[in-house]
Amino acid sequence: MLAFITKRLAQTIPVIFGITLVVFLIMQMVPGDSAQVLAGEGASKETIENLRHNLGLDRPLYVQYFDSIAGLFQGDLGISAKSHQPVINEITTRLPISVELAFYSTLITIILGMTAGIISAVRPYSVSDMSVMVVALLGISFPSFWLGLILMYIFSVELQWFPVSGWDSVKHMILPAFTLGASGAAIVARMTRSSMLEVVRQDYIRTARAKGIRGYLVIYKHALRNALIPVITVVGLQFGALLGGTVLIESVFAINGLGRLIVESIRMRDIPMVQGGILVASLVFVIVNLFVDILYRFFNRRIDLN
Amino acid sequence: MEAQLKTQQEAISFDKLRKQQRIERIEAFINRMVRNKAALVGGLIVLFYIVIALFAPFLAPYDPFAIDLANKLQAPSLEHWMGTDDKGRDILSRILYGSRLSMGVGVVAVLFGAIFGVIMGMAAGYYGGWIDSVISRVLDIMLAFPGILLALAIISALGPSLFNVTVAVGVFSVPLFARIARGSTMEVRKLEYVDAIRSLGANDGTIIFLHILPNILSPLIVQGTLRLATAILSAAGLSFLGLGAQPPSPEWGAMLSNGRDFIFSAPYMAIFPGLTIALLVMGCNLFGDGLRDALDPRMKS
Amino acid sequence: MAQEKVLEINQLKTYFHTKRGIGKVVDGIDLTLHKGETLGIVGESGCGKSMTSLSVLQLVPDPGKIVEGSVRLNNEELVGKSEKQMRNIRGNQISMIFQEPMTSLNPVISVGEQIAETIREHQGLNRKQAFQKSIEMLKLVGIPSPEKRAKQEPFQLSGGMRQRVMIAMALACNPEVLIADEPTTALDVTIQSQILKLMKNLQKKLKMGIIFITHDLGVVAETCDRVAVMYAGEIVEYSTTEELFRHPKHPYTKGLLQSLPKLYEDQEELQAMEGSIPSPFKEHQGCKFTDRCPIAEDSCHQIHPDLKMSSDHSYQVRCLFYQEEKELTKGMSSV
Repeated sequence: MLAFITKRLAQTIPVIFGITLVVFLIMQMVPGDSAQVLAGEGASKETIENLRHNLGLDRPLYVQYFDSIAGLFQGDLGISAKSHQPVINEITTRLPISVELAFYSTLITIILGMTAGIISAVRPYSVSDMSVMVVALLGISFPSFWLGLILMYIFSVELQWFPVSGWDSVKHMILPAFTLGASGAAIVARMTRSSMLEVVRQDYIRTARAKGIRGYLVIYKHALRNALIPVITVVGLQFGALLGGTVLIESVFAINGLGRLIVESIRMRDIPMVQGGILVASLVFVIVNLFVDILYRFFNRRIDLN
Repeated sequence: MEAQLKTQQEAISFDKLRKQQRIERIEAFINRMVRNKAALVGGLIVLFYIVIALFAPFLAPYDPFAIDLANKLQAPSLEHWMGTDDKGRDILSRILYGSRLSMGVGVVAVLFGAIFGVIMGMAAGYYGGWIDSVISRVLDIMLAFPGILLALAIISALGPSLFNVTVAVGVFSVPLFARIARGSTMEVRKLEYVDAIRSLGANDGTIIFLHILPNILSPLIVQGTLRLATAILSAAGLSFLGLGAQPPSPEWGAMLSNGRDFIFSAPYMAIFPGLTIALLVMGCNLFGDGLRDALDPRMKS
Repeated sequence: MAQEKVLEINQLKTYFHTKRGIGKVVDGIDLTLHKGETLGIVGESGCGKSMTSLSVLQLVPDPGKIVEGSVRLNNEELVGKSEKQMRNIRGNQISMIFQEPMTSLNPVISVGEQIAETIREHQGLNRKQAFQKSIEMLKLVGIPSPEKRAKQEPFQLSGGMRQRVMIAMALACNPEVLIADEPTTALDVTIQSQILKLMKNLQKKLKMGIIFITHDLGVVAETCDRVAVMYAGEIVEYSTTEELFRHPKHPYTKGLLQSLPKLYEDQEELQAMEGSIPSPFKEHQGCKFTDRCPIAEDSCHQIHPDLKMSSDHSYQVRCLFYQEEKELTKGMSSV
């Protein structure tokens, strides 16, 4: 197990460098001159040249890259072209909101998805199974940003149960978290169902029944524990989609998270902010994936070693 | 000479046999597909959308760009089945025309991802060694990004436009196809049949494109169909954020974005474009799932 | 010998209703198990021996159903009992051991808990008592340092150990009937004989009746008092083990015995005889063995033979051509 964690960590480091390199290179393709943008319109050539020199933009590319990596490790992601404040400051206020949103959405993904999947699997091909599967199909087919608008229209505008936008109380969080978690829940429901149907056919389930164990224990103790192991991976993979989804959902519900920051910064051509935001979001994703992988390995060790 | 002739004949007859098997497989596949009702429904939905995209000018009752401020924000009626938008344009007509944009972006992005992905994947799988190592590392890094973030990075560099959205969505589809192509190529490459063909002097290009590619097509087609659903959703999402198609384009995501501002007064402006996307994505998913079950019955649970 | 009957199976029929038609997987089986006795059921894979045992516990997988017949435990009818009533019998009065110790134990639950939950279910002990009892059971089946092992999960145990755990689990509630479905097939030869010895000892101690399902005639010779040979859902020969090995009567039994030495070499499923068991979905008019029978004649295709009882009730054979030879039947215990 320890060897696996070490190996997995070792694999992650080049990936992190790769991500920084890719983001750095893409940002180099930006037309125009960041020094010019930063200096603002009407700045003299001299000011721009000075700024360029101060920012180190006149050095060779590779020097700039290693410099930005060194900066990254010190928490320095550059200066926003818009607010002229360090990018990291804005990100540290925005990131927790997105993480919170992602966390609640993950909860919804897990709870709703697994419950629906179990309901389906307990009576396969029954009316309840078919209904759950149809809803799940809708769940993966609806565009999340559209679902958000519709839910907002129904629950905030018509029924007035929830506030339209913002991020202050639990009431604010329910609709966005549900919207963001819906497609993940649908995927988890399908996965849980097929995994349960697979597990129910296993020999140890027959053994449990032959021992006279009562039905619900056979399902919840013997089958579910095994069925959920592959589902963990799906939840982990979903987290990436979720993180990407925050970009859309935060825009729909006007939540000031990292996703919305990135989108607004793209519109305002605040390249250092975009670069910093994408880097941080990607790193969070890589770290969560690493964690999920280790978790999966931990749960799966008994099966792997057979 | 004679011996070589014999191997040559063997290889040719083996090739024929494989082709024969392929035809039989295709027949069995069509059989399974027709019996799978969900897949059939999915296929019909996709076909329906293709017909709409092809015949949009004949089907649309109004000019999708004609501004008619006297008739703005009208609720659905017999005259305007889906109502009119804030500039008085007929929403149905816009959706019909928009199908060309939204589906076009999806199809082109998937083709882009498939072509580059398959070339990379097959090269890695066929040559192995350092080529494989380099390509695999690049793919690992691409997969380490949540897709939409990579797309955002690309768009921020290239600037917002529907074309750039297509490129961005295409780029993050590359690793998916590459992985499948790589795995399948490695499997097929091991077959003796490939050795036999090579001994006849076929060069790598011939082997890869004429002999290996047809054998790995089915998983690629399945992935392509399922990927189309994701690509359409992603592209619409980016346009929704204002990073893709720009007004007055009738692209569905852009229409939704516009409709958002009127969600209180004219919800139909957002409802119909969204439903249109949802139905198409559902069709692709059903069809893709059905294709997967029909092409590879082993994967069916 | 006046023996007490524990389990009686009468005209048991388990059919699978599918789109392809009706699969007569178990087609009219009669068996009797006495107290403390081991009854073997022998046959190739697909002959219906496992389904017979699952029918006894009413664990036949869908779309299979018991359509006819009776299963009596101490004269109490089991067919038609509710799921709840059956649950009280399973693992309690009738236990079962399966072929694959690798896959028959739940991989994510400790072996001690897997034994203890059976005890809790049937004997109403609390968690601690039940776990204590499960440690005793592990000791009984000869697992060293049972306290430590009880807390381990199946992947930490060897194949032989796992089968011992299965036995401990099956015997935890002191059942009257143990059904062992190929309990040693997946194990290597030395472990196999250890497990068989263990089962024999425990049988003496606990006085249970064992139904031993196997394709391996060598194991039958070692363990069983009486044997039923099954073919395509039916019993074709039913007698004492000694009689079966000395004087096999049905051509199928003879074929099985001829293939025996070869069987010992590679431990494969019985395939030495040519051909295979007909599909349970195929309609039969005559004898089901005709296709593979060396002595079949036209009449065999027309007439389905009954399971004929010998005049002294010592054995039964299902073959049109079998003629009783009086000198062979003396001194046999009754069936």
